[in-house]
Amino acid sequence: MSIGLVTAGYIVASVLFILALGGLSDQEKAKRAVWFGIIGMAIAVIVTMFGPGVQSLWLLVPMMIIGAVIGLVVAQRVEMVGMPQLVAALHSFVGLAAVLIGINSILYAPEGLTHAEEIIHEVEVFLGVFIGAITFTGSIIAYGKLAGKLDGKALILPGRHVMNAAGLILSVILMLMFLNGAGIWTLLLMMLIAFAIGGHLVMAIGGADMPVVVSMLNSYSGWAAAATGFMLGNDLLIVVGALVGSSGAILSYIMCVAMNRKFLAVILGGFGAPTGPAMEIEGEQIAIDADGVAAALEEADSIVIVPGYGMAVAQAQHPISELVKRLRAKGKTVRFGIHPVAGRLPGHMNVLLAEAKVPYDIVMEMDEINDDLPETDVVIVVGSNDIVNPAAQDDPNSPIAGMPVLEVWKAKQVFVSKRGQGTGYSGIENPLFFKENTRMFYGDAKTSIDNLLKLID
Amino acid sequence: MKIGAPKEIFEGENRVALTPQSALQLQKLGYECVIETGAGAAARFSDQDYKDAGVTVVKTGAALWKACDFIIKVRAPEDVEVKRFVKGQTLISFIWPAQSEDLLEKLRAKGVTAIAMDMVPRISRAQKMDALSSMANIGGYRAVVEASNNFGRFFTGQITAAGKVPPATVLVIGAGVAGLAAIGAAQSMGAIVRAFDVRPEVAEQIESMGGEFLFLDFDDNQDGAATGGYAAVSSPEFREKQLELFRAQAPEVDIVITTALIPGRDAPKLWLEDMVMAMKAGSVIVDLAAERGGNCDLTVPNEKIETSNGVTIIGYTDLPSRMATQSSTLYSTNIRHMMDDLTPEKDGVPVHNMEDDVIRGATVTHGGEITFPPPPPKVKAIAPAKPKAPEKTPEEIRADETAAAKAAGRKQTGMLIIGGLLMLLIGAYAPPSFMQHFIVFVLSIFIGFQVIWKVSHALHTPLMAITNAISSVVILGAILQISVSGGFLVTLLAAISVLIASINIVGGFAVTRRMLAMFQKS
Repeated sequence: MSIGLVTAGYIVASVLFILALGGLSDQEKAKRAVWFGIIGMAIAVIVTMFGPGVQSLWLLVPMMIIGAVIGLVVAQRVEMVGMPQLVAALHSFVGLAAVLIGINSILYAPEGLTHAEEIIHEVEVFLGVFIGAITFTGSIIAYGKLAGKLDGKALILPGRHVMNAAGLILSVILMLMFLNGAGIWTLLLMMLIAFAIGGHLVMAIGGADMPVVVSMLNSYSGWAAAATGFMLGNDLLIVVGALVGSSGAILSYIMCVAMNRKFLAVILGGFGAPTGPAMEIEGEQIAIDADGVAAALEEADSIVIVPGYGMAVAQAQHPISELVKRLRAKGKTVRFGIHPVAGRLPGHMNVLLAEAKVPYDIVMEMDEINDDLPETDVVIVVGSNDIVNPAAQDDPNSPIAGMPVLEVWKAKQVFVSKRGQGTGYSGIENPLFFKENTRMFYGDAKTSIDNLLKLID
Repeated sequence: MKIGAPKEIFEGENRVALTPQSALQLQKLGYECVIETGAGAAARFSDQDYKDAGVTVVKTGAALWKACDFIIKVRAPEDVEVKRFVKGQTLISFIWPAQSEDLLEKLRAKGVTAIAMDMVPRISRAQKMDALSSMANIGGYRAVVEASNNFGRFFTGQITAAGKVPPATVLVIGAGVAGLAAIGAAQSMGAIVRAFDVRPEVAEQIESMGGEFLFLDFDDNQDGAATGGYAAVSSPEFREKQLELFRAQAPEVDIVITTALIPGRDAPKLWLEDMVMAMKAGSVIVDLAAERGGNCDLTVPNEKIETSNGVTIIGYTDLPSRMATQSSTLYSTNIRHMMDDLTPEKDGVPVHNMEDDVIRGATVTHGGEITFPPPPPKVKAIAPAKPKAPEKTPEEIRADETAAAKAAGRKQTGMLIIGGLLMLLIGAYAPPSFMQHFIVFVLSIFIGFQVIWKVSHALHTPLMAITNAISSVVILGAILQISVSGGFLVTLLAAISVLIASINIVGGFAVTRRMLAMFQKS
């Protein structure tokens, strides 16, 4: 296949990728859009394989087949609750691939470059490896945290900003040495430093900030691909890298706005310390049993369910879906209110509810449902805490002050399904639990909802 | 100084402005009290009662006018009475200045200082002299009594040996003082009470009296605080909605008590003929606004009529007068409080302080001038419902928008200039081949931003999975490298890259498809 044909294939692939992302604007179109992506990728891979200069098909094809089989098996097996860790793990692969390709392109430098082009090329390699390395270790740590293999708490080392800055400065110095012909060891050393930075960065970020981290790593994997594209002079890689990079950046931005936090503050880790004494909370937490909740649900006309990470942990989405089905069969309006950062991945709750066959048209975003909450009879909060905390609005000293929250306390009655009296991720007390119209429905979310199901038919 | 109360000459008026009790209080303020003989008879106060309280009884009205500096009355003076005034005398009574310009002019010409009890502003301090409220209270109570008198059933629901009796349903329109009194009275007699008012903030008061507030869902609800606690004229759209609500109520309710009045206007027509016709036979309508034309189409002032479909409509305008003892007691107390305010030193010497909100508001003629209407009181009757942000006019909003657009424009221009300079800098040093790729890169970022903003929030997880899959397009790099003769290491690294990128591509797409297949519409 000639270069012209390969390029034509790349153009088609680029267009298909753009259509694939654009198609995600609604659920029905999205199903078609994935096919655009798949076809685009197939075209890109095939034209490259049969393009000029590619010979080792004997090695290439088996590798691809093995990879495809592994990928398929993993994708079929993964539990929907495990989606965040899978996404994180997959990101690490992109990062690692970018690192390897970068190193390769130094081991085998393209010939016939002018001096300026060579410098540019080396800078590109350096950047590609740097971003790829950060993505790799960052994703691995994120995977560990999300899968529960590492402690979810933020690891705050003393002087962590200094360490990150030192690593960065050292990398720049190494790059300058590398450009002046100091040899490949500078590249490899920089790679190790970048590995350390990536791991350390994500270690310092706590559980609830994970949506930002995952989308940030998503963005990095894109930039890594773009850098690889630059070093190989491949426009398709550049296009895709830029698309993915901006996609991840937008997701990170959306998540940060949803938490009212600065992107930089999230990335640099740690959780904002309160600026003053927290407001005194008056009242007490009043518990209620399944009978009480069932009675209230029988009487209610409109019900809103606010799920959080606790629902995912307890795998309560299936009984909840069943509960919703029964309540809807009785003619009650049942909807879900989803906070943008609920869960550990952007859109995490939506996917879990979809898995449990909750129709997506009753799953509302925070902004869509907040206005309706005052007219709602019953709100059930399942395993979420900070995203329904009124302190975000009432207490200017609260660490989450100003974060947009679901105003569930405005509803006539609120039931909070919660394991115990502990505080949420941010470690702050939630005045919602002490409100007069709030009743605490203690217990594991799945068990609680199962008990509820026995009482409602 | 002498205060005198003449006998009311208005036909059927039973009330009197001075009672033996209030006379005692006025004497404590340093005034001498005078009453025309027989003035209190209709309210069951005999001349002897007055004498016992130290009140001088005079034979005629004319004598009373001659003797006194203050004339206190219930009804506004009629012509014969006005003629008796001399310069410098003070009149305290209901006057209705907005509707009786002639009277004002005559009083002014006579040089009389006139204090209208119906003009006392509605502020907390003046509640003790708010005669409108005390009279309305009686009116509301009496309206229920009149209604039950003409209604053929119990108010309360009962289950007796002789069968079950459903409770009566009472609809009260206008929840002012009269309306609230009616709600309370009807409720305590056991009826089911519904009430409506154009001011949504009175819902709480209605509920506190045991009534059910009929909520009218309308954006443009009035803020009663702006009009001193009184209702104002409503918009035609609102009126339509309101009538619709009443029309729906008409067949259900047994008794309707209408109390809707707007200061300085004829009573609004709220209970139309078709609603009367829709009511059950034996139902009763009591129209407390009858004097001002009535809230009901068919009301005949001062009369009780029965319609062709057997609905009784009571249009009495003298309900307080029908309970003369009670109303005289309250009214005379209101007047006594007014005198109290006029006599700060309690030495029988009135000080007409026109700086005082209450006195200024109630005074309609003074010093040869007509002083009506008064300036708005300095103290607001009711705290405004909530500190509303000053509503922006369309011009202001447009100005704000233009300013914001300009600021955004400036910011964007600035960014473009900086970006452009940066590009120039790169272009000056980088080789052309790099710049070609750079164009592609920058444009792709822009496309990415445009496309990704449109992605639905619910699909963010699939978005991440699919971007992950397509970012594995780095496999192309590995495919190209695997074939070069760069030695074993290069081939190995490239092969590993191909492997993991393949996992990613296939896994990413498969997982995306799995997720999207789950999204189902109900």
